[in-house]
Amino acid sequence: MPEMTLIEAIRQAMDEEMARDPEVFIVGEDVGKRGGVFRATMGLYDKYGEHRVIDSPLAELSIVGVGIGAALYGMRPICEIQFADYIFPAFNQIVGEAARMCYRSNGTWSVPLVIRAPYGGGISGGLYHSQSVEAFFAHVPGLKVVIPSNPYDAKGLLKSAIRDPNPVMFFEPKKGYRLIRGEVPEEEYLVPIGPAKISRFGRDVSIFAYGMMHYYALQAAELLAQEGIEAEVVDLRTLAPVDKTTILESVKRTGKALIVHEDNLTLGYGAEVAAIIAEHAFTDLDAPVRRLAGPDVPGVPFSPPLQEWFMPNPQKIADAARRLAQF
Amino acid sequence: MLSKETKLDMYWTMLLSRRLDERSWVLHRQGRIAFHISGIGQEAAQVGAAFALRRGYDWFLPYYRDIALMIALGYTPRDFALSMMGKAEDITSAGRQMPSHWSLRSANVPSQSATVATQTSHAAGIGLAIKLHGEDKVVLTCIGEGATSQGEWYEGVNWAAVHRLPVIFLVQNNQYAISERVERQMAVPGPAAKACGLGLDGREVDGTDVFQVYEVIAEAAEKARRGEGPSLIEAKLYRITPHSSDDDDRTYRSREEVEAYKKRDPLLIAQAILEKEGILTPKKLDEMEAKAKQIVDEAVEYAEKAAYPSVEDAATHVFVEEVSHA
Repeated sequence: MPEMTLIEAIRQAMDEEMARDPEVFIVGEDVGKRGGVFRATMGLYDKYGEHRVIDSPLAELSIVGVGIGAALYGMRPICEIQFADYIFPAFNQIVGEAARMCYRSNGTWSVPLVIRAPYGGGISGGLYHSQSVEAFFAHVPGLKVVIPSNPYDAKGLLKSAIRDPNPVMFFEPKKGYRLIRGEVPEEEYLVPIGPAKISRFGRDVSIFAYGMMHYYALQAAELLAQEGIEAEVVDLRTLAPVDKTTILESVKRTGKALIVHEDNLTLGYGAEVAAIIAEHAFTDLDAPVRRLAGPDVPGVPFSPPLQEWFMPNPQKIADAARRLAQF
Repeated sequence: MLSKETKLDMYWTMLLSRRLDERSWVLHRQGRIAFHISGIGQEAAQVGAAFALRRGYDWFLPYYRDIALMIALGYTPRDFALSMMGKAEDITSAGRQMPSHWSLRSANVPSQSATVATQTSHAAGIGLAIKLHGEDKVVLTCIGEGATSQGEWYEGVNWAAVHRLPVIFLVQNNQYAISERVERQMAVPGPAAKACGLGLDGREVDGTDVFQVYEVIAEAAEKARRGEGPSLIEAKLYRITPHSSDDDDRTYRSREEVEAYKKRDPLLIAQAILEKEGILTPKKLDEMEAKAKQIVDEAVEYAEKAAYPSVEDAATHVFVEEVSHA
């Protein structure tokens, strides 16, 4: 099985879907000749032409708004927002329009749209190239929110997202674009939107994470294993709709839950996972639910020690999981 | 050249919309509906535009005052009455949306929200899809002059201009954004002047004359079908009613001003033209009035008897249910 990076898997997913379905097209800033600032669309402009890999004006609202229009017409747009930090000008189009179209028309209209955006910190990006924005969108009924943590899932989930008849937010951990490698089968496959995945089994503590934090959680589990602590790691993969079953199964097995995300703590996605566990697995718990998240400051600071202070990492995750295991 | 029959049909559409609109105000004052937002005074712009396009073929993204446009596209007074009362048979949304938040799949009218100008970039996106498919369809999107202040609007029009998309941006300049006069919205004389900065054709038209609007929109549509890009048409008119059933326009404009503009009522102007051309006789007019009254009466009666949506259905269609992995 060939090995590839996260970004290569994402590119391959788009390439295959564009080859399969002529209604699929890409629109965004610098996605054409430049192939995207992260090179996610590299080569696709040459292969599919300027009408299917469309350089947009530097205006995020209309990248999404134009995508919605084309989706209403029956096309399958992939809208690229260059950094998740810049998605907010399009917030109304996503939340007010795409998310509500099906409900407000009683199912008459739908918006089969994928919005891809690199997210996350640890890349010296400061306040405006590091944000994690998933909680804003996971809150909104009518949106699906997907965050892959490895090349296999990234490809399979993105292909599912492109084929989904609903708007899908697809957030990509940009720090992992070239760092995270993995095997990707040559034959066609899909990873369904919805199910979480237990990526490492253990009996002492459950660590719930997604994206880059899932990658770190696996490393933390390795550290803990050397100390004799068996951590179970759950890759949430799809934040909306949430896979309650897998979360609860894992907690029932370990009795202890740690949720990790790099988005800041308060009202982050971890709050929802904690609430699900508290409501449905209270009697299975052997310790309070813990969250490890970015601190409640308005962004990831730029200077190296400050960025380090902000970001969760394998050591911080291992420390938090160890304390919980020893509770 | 418009046929006699088409001209009469245009007048009839304006008349029916007007009588439905007027009845809606009455129903609101009687406490029988919760809300109404009116298109009175704007029917000529809407009907002229609708008749200039290929209905059922072209695409339409209206705004909330486009009751006459919607009637021209096949949305019936009964449909409107059902929507006003939030009944299950409301074809726009099954009672989920307030009235005048249009949607009509059969006429290529996507569902609209209340957030002004959001439809503008959708229109550009539909225009893009049409262009990518090599079709000769046209998109018409309507808006009030107030909403052309939105960044949403500029971004959408800019897209269409950059890609030379087959979109007609019809701005119905009724001179008021609720209480704010157009001078508080823009430093240019009117929305048509904005076209210059965005790189597309901008034209003004007397929005109280249905036949003039027809000509201007028909020209813009031909141009769009030839692949020559978008147009911005400003229809100059006047909002005769308050902003909505919750507004009191006496707080910001004089009765004298409103009365003066009532003399430029598009319905009276069309009537005068058709009478002069010998197309509309007093007898024909009486017949039309009687027919309109009957249709509106029946629509309201039907809607009042119709069932409300069931709360069991209130959580459906959050997502498209079936996922095809074909």
